[in-house]
Amino acid sequence: MRWTEAALAVVLAGATSPMQANPQAGAQTSAQTAPQPPVPSPAQSPAQSTPMPSVPAPVPPRIQPAFMVVLDAAHGGSDSGAHLKNDLQEKDVTLGLTTRLRSTLQARGIGVITTRESDANLVPLNRAETANHAKAAACLVIHATATGSGVHLYTSSLAPANPGGLQPWQTAQAAFVTQSLKLEAEIDSALAHAQVPVTLGRASVQPIDNLACPAVAVELAPLVGGHITEGREVSDAAYQKEVVDALAAALNAWRSDWKQ
Amino acid sequence: MITRAHKILFLLMLLACIIMAAVLIRLRNRAQDRLQAEAAAAPPSIAEGSSVSPRAVTLYVPNDLDGSLLAVERSIALPADSNAQARVLLESLIAAFHADGSTHPMSVASGINEVYFLPVPKSPGQAADAGQMAVVDLNGALAAAQPSGIEPETLTLLAVMATLHANLPTVSQVHFLVDGQPRDTLAGHADLTRTYLASEANPEPNPVETSQ
Repeated sequence: MRWTEAALAVVLAGATSPMQANPQAGAQTSAQTAPQPPVPSPAQSPAQSTPMPSVPAPVPPRIQPAFMVVLDAAHGGSDSGAHLKNDLQEKDVTLGLTTRLRSTLQARGIGVITTRESDANLVPLNRAETANHAKAAACLVIHATATGSGVHLYTSSLAPANPGGLQPWQTAQAAFVTQSLKLEAEIDSALAHAQVPVTLGRASVQPIDNLACPAVAVELAPLVGGHITEGREVSDAAYQKEVVDALAAALNAWRSDWKQ
Repeated sequence: MITRAHKILFLLMLLACIIMAAVLIRLRNRAQDRLQAEAAAAPPSIAEGSSVSPRAVTLYVPNDLDGSLLAVERSIALPADSNAQARVLLESLIAAFHADGSTHPMSVASGINEVYFLPVPKSPGQAADAGQMAVVDLNGALAAAQPSGIEPETLTLLAVMATLHANLPTVSQVHFLVDGQPRDTLAGHADLTRTYLASEANPEPNPVETSQ
């Protein structure tokens, strides 16, 4: 199916996509580390309790949605993405970064779903399906490039729309743009704290416009040396760790902010 | 056996063929003379734009390091035709990408096949003119030379949109093709399937550099 044909589909913003009934082969869930939502007390069976019709039934505790983060390692398979220095391919750098960030988040008790865990071919529609199915609190689309300096943060260029109601699949992100900008500010702040230069922008990049979650594209660029900073390549492990730690700190802070 | 009547008929047909060939050659020569005369009387082409008086234009050149668009004033001879004007403007922009010390380096010095203009239909209740949509047909060589990444690709598109809108204010929307065909992305990232609003390229006020 061509990507543009997906525009005919409609999603309920903040809910599920129409095609999410098919589970993603490439999607991986860290269910064992994901915080489980509070489970209401099991109802007692009539055989174990005395019926008390005059007393109202206990109200089950309200189930809070889990704080789940979706990490999308861009490109993969035949789509190698940008060609970086030292014969590196973007698809490999994004996968490595995503794996490292997933581990760091899991160590902090944050549930993570990744769109791919291997060098798999995934179309943007599959990635959006995975993210929308998760009802995630944050979706990060990880990219890498050979130009610019520091980290580039991009949110959807769609105009904000009121959340709720039916949203066209092609512009599902519109209802989350305001939250995405808040998430972007959280990440910007954490990277600034780590003294990593940041460029902010709005862009039209698949699959962000189709994500029904606060979504930011994070593009890692080389660090251009300056008066107080030393130049670093995107493959520099120490540089990657600084960025990953800053992203994890931002998502940790987002855990208490995302419902506001 | 060939009769005399057949011989006469054959000779008449041969004569008719010779006359027709002579007429066709004469017509072809006349048409060739007419085309050459029209070409000689035609206005100078875009490549000979230097004969047109130069005009001050603003090009928006990206800076990859901070993601900004820098306004650069140039004096360029623009042809009268708006399509050709747009093409000359964008070719000048790409030449600026290619120049030494460029803040948005690109390995090609040209890359615009054509720029077409379409009227944007008015939305219901809209009183003002909705402007024009510029359909920019990029060269495949430009797309191949475009550095891959969200930032570099987005900046290229924004620079094209900002330059068109600044110099041809009627341009309100921009759509991109590559070698005359729709394409998903410019170089793996920036979406080319959608039509962009020229207002999306909103360069921040910054110092204007002037060069010839």
